[in-house]
Amino acid sequence: MTRVVITGAGCITPIGQEVGRFAENLFAGRSGIREMTDRPPDLHFARTATVEDFQQQEWLTANQRQIAERSSAFAIAAARQAVQQSGIVAAYPGDSVAVIFGCSTGGRTTEDQESQKLYTRGGRIHPLTVPRVMASAGTSLVSMEHGITGPAFTITTACASGTHAIGLAFQMVRSGAVKAALTGGHEAPLTYVFLKAWDSIHVVSPTACRPFAADRDGMTLAEGAAVFAIEALEPALARGAEILAEIVGFGMSSDAHHITQPTAAGPAAAMQRALDDGHIAMDEVGYINAHGTGTESNDRVEAEAIHLVFGERSRNLPISSTKGLHGHAMGASGAIELLATVLALGRNLLPANAGLAEPGAVVDPALDLDHVLLQNEAASLKLALSSSFAFGGLNAVLAVRRFDG
Amino acid sequence: MNQVAEECVALIAKQKGIKPEEIRLDNTFDELCVDSLDRVSLAFDIEEKYDIEIPEDRLGQIRTVHDMVTGIEEALRRKNTASSTNA
Repeated sequence: MTRVVITGAGCITPIGQEVGRFAENLFAGRSGIREMTDRPPDLHFARTATVEDFQQQEWLTANQRQIAERSSAFAIAAARQAVQQSGIVAAYPGDSVAVIFGCSTGGRTTEDQESQKLYTRGGRIHPLTVPRVMASAGTSLVSMEHGITGPAFTITTACASGTHAIGLAFQMVRSGAVKAALTGGHEAPLTYVFLKAWDSIHVVSPTACRPFAADRDGMTLAEGAAVFAIEALEPALARGAEILAEIVGFGMSSDAHHITQPTAAGPAAAMQRALDDGHIAMDEVGYINAHGTGTESNDRVEAEAIHLVFGERSRNLPISSTKGLHGHAMGASGAIELLATVLALGRNLLPANAGLAEPGAVVDPALDLDHVLLQNEAASLKLALSSSFAFGGLNAVLAVRRFDG
Repeated sequence: MNQVAEECVALIAKQKGIKPEEIRLDNTFDELCVDSLDRVSLAFDIEEKYDIEIPEDRLGQIRTVHDMVTGIEEALRRKNTASSTNA
């Protein structure tokens, strides 16, 4: 079977607008969660993780500026980094490359602005509103920039969108349907309506997201993007591409239970299917980058799912959620967390579970997980999982292996 | 070039990422790579800027920068006439 490797990566996140800076802040534990500068007074929370000083105009061409709103601009910027690092656009005919992105909310900024104008002043809607708002605009603009004429589509599965997208791209390269792909997730959802909508569910932390902590009090909303260039191993080796990691397994499942309340069985099935897909023995897994949103419910159920899959091994399996640093960027979160996982493999360094290094913070004993990473940990890491579990019970898990030849 | 023409050229230049001095009044939109989506977007920006409305059928006749300037000037005249009649 064709082996699939990652040969390029790019990101626009609250802790770095390129991979080097992202890695630096990830392993230094520097959080991108900040007090909102223009916080609406009627919110119960004060912090988000935003991409500060994003030079949108500089990333975009004149034509892209007309169409690309913030979410698509993140995709364009992250994809360009991945293309530059990997060289896949020059290496393959455009019709043999795919673009598959995850995006949950589409062009929220434009939709919010235009709705506000219409409902308060009346009048007309900007004629570019439709192309700006559609969730697939990022995919279209990236395929146009790079002349990619193979399969191109956007997957929307709420908070698992990015992981589903990468998993599908992995399957398409592995099956030979395409030779290479640009894949990942992008999201810029932080409008007033969006913040208020999440506030009303009472799952956003009034402080800052502390996944798996005994005193965790919710998630932190965020924005960002991460994009990978992936291709088959043999041509990558033949052209001397730098291999960042190998994708070896992908598992999906649906809880088929509730639109917001998760089950343990669904995430456990997705993890197990990722292991089965990659013919991975349980003992090979050296790290899980958890979905770990910091809500009472997600972290409890995710821990239960890890116990279901790994049994006794879950006691000493190193686990962290990096959302305490970059927040929860919805459809982009799976891609951003896969980047953290790939960096962990490349550096033999497991990133700490941010929020647990604070004085007085302890891992929730009820979770029965003994190896949540309180700090970065050096490890000879060969294989890791990256999990995403979405509202509506849509689960996706990727398995990635360090490439040693 | 009058003020309306200068502002029209500036909007096209901004939209297409080209220098204003590269745009002539007799340039067609095709020559400037102004496609149909650009056209409706430009018209919207102009209508917002001048608080005017260029009728749909008139919009369809606009092929050059000069046509656009004329269309704006006609709409401005209609607006001024309407406001003086109302007064």
